[in-house]
Amino acid sequence: MARKLPKREVVIVGFGWTGAIMAEQLTAEGLDVLALERGVWRNTSTDYAVTNAQDEVRYRFRHDLFEQLSRETMTFRNSSDQTALPMRMLGSFLPGTNVGGSGVHWNGITWRFLPSDFVARSHNEERYGPLPEDMTIQDWGVSYEELEPHYTTFEELCGISGKAGNLNGRLQQGGNPFEGPRSKEYPNPPMDMVLAPKLFAEAASGLGYKPFPFPSANMSRAYTNPLGVSLAPCTYCGFCEKFACGNYSKASAPTTILPVLMRRQNFELQTQAMVLRVLKAADGKSVTGVEYITPEGEIIEQPADMVILSTYINHNVHLLMVSGIGQIYDPRSQQGLVGKNYAYQITSGVTVFYDEETHINPFIGAGALGMVIDEFNGDNFDHSGLGFIGGGFIGQTQTNGRPVESLAVPDGTPKFGAGWKKAMRENYGHSVGIGTHGAVMSYRGNYLDLDPTYKDAYGRPLMRMTFDFTENELRMSDYLTDRAVEIAEAMGGREMTVSRRKGPYSIVPYQTTHNTGGHIMGASPADSVTNKYLQHWQMPNLFLTGAGAFPQNPGYNPTGTVAALAYHSAAAIRRSYLRAPGQPMVQA
Amino acid sequence: MRYLSLAQSLTRSSRRIRIAGLVALSACLFAAATHPALAQGTNDWSELQRGLYLSRVGDCAACHTADPEKPMAGKYALDTPFGTIWTANLTPDEETGLGEWSADDFWRAMNEGIRRDGAHLYPAFPYTHFTLISRADSDAIYAYLQSLEPISQDVMEPDFPFPLNIRFVLNGWNLINFEDRSFTPDPERSAAWNRGYYIAEGLGHCSMCHSPKNFTGAVKDGDAAYSGGMAEGWLAPALRPGSGGPGLSDWSKDDLMAFLRHGRNSRTAAFGPMAEVIDKSTRHLTDSDLDALATYILDLPESGEAPADSEAIDTDDPAMQTGALVYATQCSACHGPDGEGIPGQFARLKGSSLTQSSDPTTVVRLVLEGVRSVPTEKYPTPHAMPAFDWKLNDAEVAAVATYVRNAFGNSAPAVTADAVAEIREAQ
Repeated sequence: MARKLPKREVVIVGFGWTGAIMAEQLTAEGLDVLALERGVWRNTSTDYAVTNAQDEVRYRFRHDLFEQLSRETMTFRNSSDQTALPMRMLGSFLPGTNVGGSGVHWNGITWRFLPSDFVARSHNEERYGPLPEDMTIQDWGVSYEELEPHYTTFEELCGISGKAGNLNGRLQQGGNPFEGPRSKEYPNPPMDMVLAPKLFAEAASGLGYKPFPFPSANMSRAYTNPLGVSLAPCTYCGFCEKFACGNYSKASAPTTILPVLMRRQNFELQTQAMVLRVLKAADGKSVTGVEYITPEGEIIEQPADMVILSTYINHNVHLLMVSGIGQIYDPRSQQGLVGKNYAYQITSGVTVFYDEETHINPFIGAGALGMVIDEFNGDNFDHSGLGFIGGGFIGQTQTNGRPVESLAVPDGTPKFGAGWKKAMRENYGHSVGIGTHGAVMSYRGNYLDLDPTYKDAYGRPLMRMTFDFTENELRMSDYLTDRAVEIAEAMGGREMTVSRRKGPYSIVPYQTTHNTGGHIMGASPADSVTNKYLQHWQMPNLFLTGAGAFPQNPGYNPTGTVAALAYHSAAAIRRSYLRAPGQPMVQA
Repeated sequence: MRYLSLAQSLTRSSRRIRIAGLVALSACLFAAATHPALAQGTNDWSELQRGLYLSRVGDCAACHTADPEKPMAGKYALDTPFGTIWTANLTPDEETGLGEWSADDFWRAMNEGIRRDGAHLYPAFPYTHFTLISRADSDAIYAYLQSLEPISQDVMEPDFPFPLNIRFVLNGWNLINFEDRSFTPDPERSAAWNRGYYIAEGLGHCSMCHSPKNFTGAVKDGDAAYSGGMAEGWLAPALRPGSGGPGLSDWSKDDLMAFLRHGRNSRTAAFGPMAEVIDKSTRHLTDSDLDALATYILDLPESGEAPADSEAIDTDDPAMQTGALVYATQCSACHGPDGEGIPGQFARLKGSSLTQSSDPTTVVRLVLEGVRSVPTEKYPTPHAMPAFDWKLNDAEVAAVATYVRNAFGNSAPAVTADAVAEIREAQ
C-alpha cells in the first residue's frame, strides 16, 4: 500500500537539463515545484574536483555517471522478426543518472536545427516528390521562428561560445551561413583553436566550404549568465564527454541553474526517488500524480496538479507504456503512437595520420573544441539523384587525448603486442580525427514497445527497442564520409583510415547518446503524442520534455533543441496554461 | 517585570497571541506611569528593527544560534584555549534565558561583562568591545531579544579547570585586560571613519579574531592589533601591513565592501568562520555602514613592527621546484598558471594577503581540507576548493604552500613539512 503525500502543484520526474529548466521557469512563476530524481546529489566542486575527475577507468569504463542497467534496462533487436535480448552493458549510448542527468557528461556542442528540419516531410516532398512508403517522418508542429527566442535563452543560460552566421537575416563572415536567422550573436566568442581544427578548416576552405567554430558549451572566457550564475574559462583538459567538469567550465544544469534554483523556497528536490508509474484519473482525461519507490523500498504516492516527465527519452516512453497512457505503437497495424518514430544518429569517421614533426597535442582538448562545415546537413544541398534525404555535419573536434580510450593507429596495425605498442608510440600525438554526424529519419519498422519476456528490478516489463539503419541513412552516411575523405586528403597527412558506418546497427560500440522519438510532438493528435507545447493531447496536465518529442532526428546534436522546446513549453504554461489549468493549449 | 512575566506565562503557547499580549501590556504600561522600565517589552516597530539590525552588526547569532530551529537560544559550544564555554540563551525565557532581565541588566552585561546575578561573564563574550556601544543601541538590542519567542534551553557552566571555573577570578582578568570605555567621536576624522570605528571596535568586535591574544586570552592592542589571530583553528589574516604580513594594504574600498557584502570580490572568496560572519552579519549592513566599516579598516595604521622576511625565496630552492610542479598539476586549473585566479570564482593568489600571511596555518589548512565559499545573492554558486589531504604528503603540501607564498611576486616565509604535519595532526 502506497503512502500518500500531500498534493503538489508541479511534480517533475527526472532532473537533468529539461527538469531543471522547467523547475526554474515554473518556480519563477511562483508555483510550488517538486522534482524527483532517481539518482543522487553530486556537488560540482568537490565530487568532480579537477584533481580527481580525470579518471578514465572510473568514468569511462566503470560508468560512474551513467545509469545502472541492473536496475532498469531495455531489450534490443534489429527487426520485428528477431527476438530481442536485454542490453546488459551500456554501449552505443550512455544515458546519465544523478542530479543534472546526461547533461553533466555531455560534450557541449549546442546547435540550433535548420528551419527546414522542422518541416521535414512537407519540405522534402515539395522539393523531391513522394517519400518512401515506410519512411514515417513528420512536420514538428512548431517552427524555427517560434523556437528562436528560446534557443537564444538557452545559449545565454549556458554562455555558448561561437560565431553567428546569420544575424537577423544578414550573413556573417566566419559563422554558419546555413543556420536560421538568429536574433543575437553568441554570448561568448569561439574557443581558441588548436592545430587539428585549423588543419581541417584550411583544407575545407580550400575545397570551397565555409568552416566555422562548433557552438560550444565549454567556456571560452569567464561568464555570468542572466540568472547571475558564473562559469569559469575552460582549461582544455580534455575530459568533457563521459566526465563531469568540476571547473565550472562546461554548462550543465548544476553549473548554470541549480545555484539559483536551490535557493528558491518554492522548490524541492527529492533524490533517490525512482518513479515507477504515472497515475491516471479514473476517467483517463488527466493524470493525478506519480508513484515512486524510495531506496528503502517504500512506495510513495505523490499527487500533483501537473506532471512533467523529464527523464531520458527511453524512460519517458517507458513510463507512458507502463502507466497505460496512450496506445503502444504496433508496426503491423500502424495503430498507436507511444513508441512510434524512434530514431538515432548515424556517424562515421576518417583519421588522418601525420609524420612525427606535426604535433597535434591531443591532450589539449574540449568536448566542443573544433571546426565544422554544414554544407551537407539537412537540405543545405541538392539531393536530386542522390537516393536519400537528410544529411549531417562534417567536423573536427579535438576532444581529448585520453590514454585508454583515444588511441588511433593506422590500418594494418596488430590489435595487441609489440607491433601495436610501436604504432601507438609513433602515432599518439600525430593523428587527427574527422567525424560525420548524420540524421536518421523515422520508419515504420523502427520503434519502441514493451518486451514480452524480460522485466526490470521493479517487475515492470522492459522496453523493447527495434531499430536498424536503413538504406537512406547508409547512403547518406557514405556520401558524407566521401566528402570527409576529400577533406582528409587535402589535409596533407601521411595516410588515413576510413571508418564507414555499415549496417546492421549494433548496440555495442559507442556512437552517440542521441536517441530520439517515441513520444513525438506534432500538429494533430492523430499522429502525435503531444502538441507543440509538449502537452499531452489526451491528458492536458501531463507534459513530456526531451528528445522523445522529435518526430525524426536531424543531423545535429540535440541538446540545443531539447532545451529550446522546454523553454517554449514553459513559456506557454506561464502565458496560457495557468489561466486555464487542465485545458489543452492547442485544440485538437 | 512581573506584568511582563505574567503576560508571557499566560500566552506562551502561541506566538501570535503572545505578541497581542505584549501590545496590550505596553499600552497598559504607557497608561500607567513613566517608569524607566518602559522600554521593556516595547512593540515599537522601528526600535525592534534597529535592534535586529544591531544584533546582526554584532553577529550575535554566530554564537547564540546553535540550532536554526532555536534562534538565539544559545548552547553553542565555544572552544577556548582554557576549555569549552556554552553560550547563553538570549531568548526571553524566564528560567533559562533573559526573561527576568531588565534593560539595565542587559546594559550592565554589555558594558561591564556582569551578569544579572552579579557574576562575571567570561570574556569569550566580547563585552571588552561591547562596552563601547551606546546605551540606546544596547536598549534596542535588548528590545529585539525580548521580542523573540522564549525558548527553554538550559545552558551548562563552562568546563574550565580550577581556578578559572571560579568566576570571581575574572576580577583579576578585568583588572589587566578590561577598560570600561564609551565612544567619543574623533573630530579630526570623518563621520564615516568614526562610524566605522564604532562598528569595528564595538559591536563588530573584528579584533576578537583578527588580532593575536595574550596568555590570558585577551586581544592584544597597539602594534599587534589587527596583525592576524586565530579563529576556530583558522588564521584570521592581518588587516594591516606589519608583522602579520601585507594585510589589506592593496585592497581598494570597493574590494573590501564587495567582500563584506557578497562574500567575494575580484581577488578572493570568504570561507570558514569569515564566510559565516558575512552570511550572518556583514551582508546585512546598510550601504553607509558598510562604507564606514571599510573606511575605518583600510585606514588602520601600518604596524610599527616590520613585516617578517620580505625577500622572496629563490626559484631554484628545491621546495620551490617541487612546489611549482605540484602547483602546475593540482592548482593551476582554477587559480591559473600565474596565480591570477578568476574574479568572483577562484581566488587570486598573486598579491594575496592571506597567502602571504606570516602564519601559514590557513594556507596549509586550505590545501589539506579544502573549503567552501558562502553562496550569496550575487554569487549563488558555492564554489569550493577540494581537499588534498588524501593526495599530497606533508612535504608536498609544504612545498606548494611555500611556492604560492613566493611565486607570482609574492614573498613570505617557507612552510616546513613539520609545520604541515602539526596542522594535519591538529585538525
